[in-house]
Amino acid sequence: QDYFGVCSEVMIKDNVVVVYEVLEEMLDNGFPLATESNILKELIKPPTILRTVVNTITGSTNVGDQLPTGQLSVVPWRRTGVKYTNNEAYFDVIEEIDAIIDKSGSTITAEIQGVIDACVKLTGMPDLTLSFMNPRLLDDVSFHPCVRFKRWESERILSFIPPDGNFRLLSYHVSAQNLVAIPVYVKHNISFRDSSSLGRFEITVGPKQTMGKTVEGVMVTSQMPKGVLNMTLTPSQGTHIFDPVTKLLSWDVGKINPQKLPSLKGSVSLQAGTSKPDENPTINLQFKIQQLAISGLKVNRLDMYGEKYKPFKGIKYMTKAGKFQVRT
Amino acid sequence: MTLTSVPASQPAASRLHPAAMAASPAYGEEKGGSSSLGEPEYGHDPASGGIFSSDYKRHDDLKEMLDSNKDSLKLEAMKRIVAMIARGKNASDLFPAVVKNVACKNIEVKKLVYVYLVRYAEEQQDLALLSISTFQRGLKDPNQLIRASALRVLSSIRVPIIVPIMMLAIKEAASDMSPYVRKTAAHAIPKLYSLDSDQKDQLIEVIEKLLADKTTLVAGSVVMAFEEVCPERIDLIHKNYRKLCNLLIDVEEWGQVVIINMLTRYARTQFLSPNQNESLLEESAEKVFYGSEEEDAKDTKAEAASLAKRKPYVMDPDHRLLLRNTKPLLQSRNAAVVMAVAQLYFHLAPKAEVGVIAKALVRLLRSHSEVQYVVLQNVATMSIKRRGMFEPYLKSFYIRSTDPTQIKILKLEVLTNLANETNISTILREFQTYIRSMDKDFVAATIQAIGRCATNIGKVRDTCLNGLVQLLSNRDELVVAESVVVIKKLLQMQPAQHSEIIKHMAKLTDNIQVPMARASILWLIGEYCEHVPKIAPDVLRKMAKSFTNEEDIVKLQVINLAAKLYLTNSKQSKLLTQYVLNLAKYDQNYDIRDRARFIRQLIVPTEKSGALNKYAKKLFLAQKPAPILESSFKDRDHFQLGSLSHLLNAKAVGYQELPDWPDEAPDPSVRNVEVPEWTKCTSREKRKEKVEKPFYSDSEGESGPTESADSEPESVSEESGSSGSSSSSSSDSEEEEEEEEEEEGSREQSEDKEDEEEKRTKRKKEGSRKAALGSMGSPSEEEEEEEEGVKKSKKKKASQGRKDHAETSSEEASASESSSSGSDSGSEVEAKQRKPPSSRAGPKEISLLDLDDFTPPPPQPVLSSSVISTSLVTDLEGLTLTDTSLAPALLSPAFGAVRTYELLHRMAGEGLSVEYCFSRRPFPGDPHMVAVQIQISNNTDAEVKSLRVSEPKPLSGMRIQEFPEIECLAPGDTASVVMGIDFCDSTQAANFQLCTHTRHFYVSIQPPVGELMAPVFMSENEFKKEQGKLMGMSEITEKLTLPEKCRSDHTIVQQVTLAANVGRVPCGADNVYRFVAKTVTSGSLVLITLERREGAAAQLTVNSEKMVIGTMLVKDIIQALAQ
Repeated sequence: QDYFGVCSEVMIKDNVVVVYEVLEEMLDNGFPLATESNILKELIKPPTILRTVVNTITGSTNVGDQLPTGQLSVVPWRRTGVKYTNNEAYFDVIEEIDAIIDKSGSTITAEIQGVIDACVKLTGMPDLTLSFMNPRLLDDVSFHPCVRFKRWESERILSFIPPDGNFRLLSYHVSAQNLVAIPVYVKHNISFRDSSSLGRFEITVGPKQTMGKTVEGVMVTSQMPKGVLNMTLTPSQGTHIFDPVTKLLSWDVGKINPQKLPSLKGSVSLQAGTSKPDENPTINLQFKIQQLAISGLKVNRLDMYGEKYKPFKGIKYMTKAGKFQVRT
Repeated sequence: MTLTSVPASQPAASRLHPAAMAASPAYGEEKGGSSSLGEPEYGHDPASGGIFSSDYKRHDDLKEMLDSNKDSLKLEAMKRIVAMIARGKNASDLFPAVVKNVACKNIEVKKLVYVYLVRYAEEQQDLALLSISTFQRGLKDPNQLIRASALRVLSSIRVPIIVPIMMLAIKEAASDMSPYVRKTAAHAIPKLYSLDSDQKDQLIEVIEKLLADKTTLVAGSVVMAFEEVCPERIDLIHKNYRKLCNLLIDVEEWGQVVIINMLTRYARTQFLSPNQNESLLEESAEKVFYGSEEEDAKDTKAEAASLAKRKPYVMDPDHRLLLRNTKPLLQSRNAAVVMAVAQLYFHLAPKAEVGVIAKALVRLLRSHSEVQYVVLQNVATMSIKRRGMFEPYLKSFYIRSTDPTQIKILKLEVLTNLANETNISTILREFQTYIRSMDKDFVAATIQAIGRCATNIGKVRDTCLNGLVQLLSNRDELVVAESVVVIKKLLQMQPAQHSEIIKHMAKLTDNIQVPMARASILWLIGEYCEHVPKIAPDVLRKMAKSFTNEEDIVKLQVINLAAKLYLTNSKQSKLLTQYVLNLAKYDQNYDIRDRARFIRQLIVPTEKSGALNKYAKKLFLAQKPAPILESSFKDRDHFQLGSLSHLLNAKAVGYQELPDWPDEAPDPSVRNVEVPEWTKCTSREKRKEKVEKPFYSDSEGESGPTESADSEPESVSEESGSSGSSSSSSSDSEEEEEEEEEEEGSREQSEDKEDEEEKRTKRKKEGSRKAALGSMGSPSEEEEEEEEGVKKSKKKKASQGRKDHAETSSEEASASESSSSGSDSGSEVEAKQRKPPSSRAGPKEISLLDLDDFTPPPPQPVLSSSVISTSLVTDLEGLTLTDTSLAPALLSPAFGAVRTYELLHRMAGEGLSVEYCFSRRPFPGDPHMVAVQIQISNNTDAEVKSLRVSEPKPLSGMRIQEFPEIECLAPGDTASVVMGIDFCDSTQAANFQLCTHTRHFYVSIQPPVGELMAPVFMSENEFKKEQGKLMGMSEITEKLTLPEKCRSDHTIVQQVTLAANVGRVPCGADNVYRFVAKTVTSGSLVLITLERREGAAAQLTVNSEKMVIGTMLVKDIIQALAQ
């Protein structure tokens, strides 16, 4: 992925040679050899348009002829000799809420899974420390190998020499189950009538405990029972699609305006002759809230040692819905 | 290009290349021009269909491109060939053309050729051999990357003929400088092994070597190779166990997985089970609970015994180390690592500690569904054994409608395993929602899960049963059928109360079509026909009606039902039964026919069948035990968790059984990493063995032939005599020399004032020692003096043989030795009692006997012989290595030139006497230290305990490596230890305290300048080159006159090497002697040149960066030579 951006069939076909080269470096007789993308990039340079042009002109190759020093050094994840004119380090704290909400709207289970993704473009060998305001929130953590585990154990500080480029620094789990604030609610009224081949369908989505932030990118999907033939619905906002083959209803809501709650109403036409389906569809919800970490996790400060320059630092918070289900 | 005339559909691979050539002879020519013209066209998309549609003819131009001398063309061709391989097309006919390019300079071309070779080499073995020499060249390339890839491809080529070459290459690469190449070597091992398993023994050797490697890069790969080749050789791990544990966290992820799995097996064989106490306690508790009184009395004794035996379980520190070092890896981002650690903890950790893995495993549930699947399988197994572990995470196993069915079922399994009385209500509520799911397989599994919960937890059985009965009215047939089956199982446990349910189910027979469910209902009715006497015959009637249309399994149950009814209620059902049996008699299925016949004979009373008939009722209506619903994961834990076998619940190829805990702990000391032997062994025997052997061989080899047969007994007598003499003379002043007298005086002084302050005596001793040193500097002179003295004193009787030429050298040493050491030791008494083991060693021993009570190495022949031998060695080395050894290689000094110095006099030391000498061996562990061998003899009549060095007060930069504490020294015993001192290339004394359990003695070791260096090897040319660099200030020249007896080559060399630890440089000129050494701490060169002029005149030149050392050395050498 680091090589081609997207991993698609066409992409692999186009770069079959590079794929071969990369795979050859990665595996030896079926045993993994080097899987760190930073090292692979040094061994075999990823194809870019610029490089292709250069290669055709100069006849050079995109195979590195030097063993990357990283492989042998103490920091196998970072290549040496990194240089940037703009030194910047960005951290994204992304939290996902996994939740199951039952029919009546009460939470059955909810947990927060978070990750800190980093994009570090710093010259040389910087040594970073990242500290949190409230590290106790983190219940279960898993680190990128670069993080010094001892310091985390003793001081609850992330201390690391970052790899170059994009990487996942940390993923964590916030367990305190009662503390999870569910930022949205769904009101639903779905019913099928036995006699007629029509059912009623009504969903309203509203914000709840969002700490004043707006809920964006809301998307509602629901797998309808097999007996459903078609749906005639009118949304108050956004667009909806019902696929009669897969029976998948999806409603792209967009932003939730607390004054005017978005709703989707209409009727469901069922296959004639069959009895009403006894199960109700579950509703899967997706949403995004910018500038908010729902668990309340906050990064306190980021310090850099080992290099002289002053880097540009940035931290972004975001909350997303993970596996967010509402049972009906 | 121009090839569209060939139909694209023709299979490219089936055509032979020459045929294609012949088909279009003109084609090649055309190609010649177009290949260069058309080059951009190749470039735009090597994989597009257009090129491949007719590629079999393009092989020509590919060939041509490969033969061209342009790298870009070759590259293009190779890219297209690789693309062909990727598409599954056969490109093997290009083999010769491709192989030629293996030597190509361009790395990318090379890489692609490698890819091609690995793919096709097995098919075309002969041709592949052409490339071997290139690889061999590649193995010597200075670029480690090329070395590694050459080895990788070489080992990937599966050509049996090259096995020896591969073996050689692997061996070589295993000792490569670059860890990357060593890693590749480790990878190559299993490849070679799979190609030729006869190489196993050799490969194990390589593995053993690589296991000792300290680089993290190598560790993972070599353990992998170990697992592939020789997993049974667990003994190879012992020495490396601790290292592996400590390195683990730094090893790359995949290596971690392999190592952890290997260590799990290792720990299972090497440590005791941490849970044995608990299991035993449980057992005994059970026994007490169930067992009868008498048994108890007997058992408790045995148990108590076994408990007592087992109770003091202390975890092996190495076991603990493993657990401690793997724990952080639970935080790894790699799921495989987490899983490996989890299984390690599950299999190895004490019960109380296993819990830590739960959190990590639950975290893994967030990742891809494949990972989820594997993790859940393992969680399912674990949750059976250790339910408590996952209970806090119950909610994480709740099922989402979006989960794949496989995952759902596994989660269900886990939930069921976790169910207990406290959480059952929530779990059941969850199950209720699941039952309404759209996924019918999942619903069926849920119903079974409910059944299991009901059987396991008695409290909720009724609730579950009611719920299941409600399900019977479900519209989905599958759900109903499943519930019927489960209800049947539940009812079997307590049939009496549930006749209502049975009635209800009887009614269902009209609706339910699923055969399994129908069969279950029929069986239930038959079994409990007494509870439902009215309905049962009716059901049978209905079934008899539809008998012919039923499934086999239902038919069998109908027959069963009929038989049971006939027995219980023959009045109503006799005819019906007859009818059913008749129908069954003509059934298509022989099973059913047989059954019918059997039952007829059994139940229908005839004249013949008397005996069985009576028991028919018993047979059919016997109490049947209720089935136990249990998890399918119950018996899975005998497979190692996380293994493929566990996943499949069947033994997979290559699976290694996880061994059981041993009953007795194997010796933990096998994991101790050995320190080179001679520092460790304080026991005499070992040392003697070690030291003596080479000497004997040396001295025998050298002086044996020169010695006449009759001289031997002589020397024996001489030895005994002289040993006696030396011992007797020890009390009073033995020699006339002033130095000795001085020393003697000091001893007397100290004798007088025994409790005098140590420092003073020490100072005095120092003085006396210095004097002794001076005397030693001129042993040759001294020897004569001494000989005279010996003659005069008449105490030494026999020494006719001394003049013997063969022994002069030995005399010298003995003389010097005795002169230097005669003053100090009081252990002669013991020496007297000991007869030296060999006559040859005898005369030499005299000199040293007073040092120690055992027979130490005879120094003299060593000195002489080793001087010769070292110079011989250097000569030889000079012959072979002169052009290669640019950097001077450190020579190990071939002898322990033993000049002993007193550290603590026995008077001052209250009976404890300590001597030291510079063994001239490199100090193990630290090359910058000078090894000082210390001999401690206990002359008191009490044990000396905890003898150790304390409070070293080194001057700035000086470091002291103490010798290990000597716990106890018996009276009359002697111990020898080695300590290391880094003198920082200065002759400052190293001060420290020598402590016993009662006293402290302040002592100091002052090194002669000659001991601050170690000999190195150098050729004459190098020597001159180095000398050229060290002119001017760093050169010290002194003129001297050589005394009479010091003019022979032999003596000069001997005196110089005695004065300083230097190596001789092979030298062309006759009258020039060159020596070279390096200072121990800073490694700066010390070059010594001694030039002999006419007559006695000579000139000594010392070149060294360290001027102080140079000046002192000049002094010392001149003194040595002048006396």
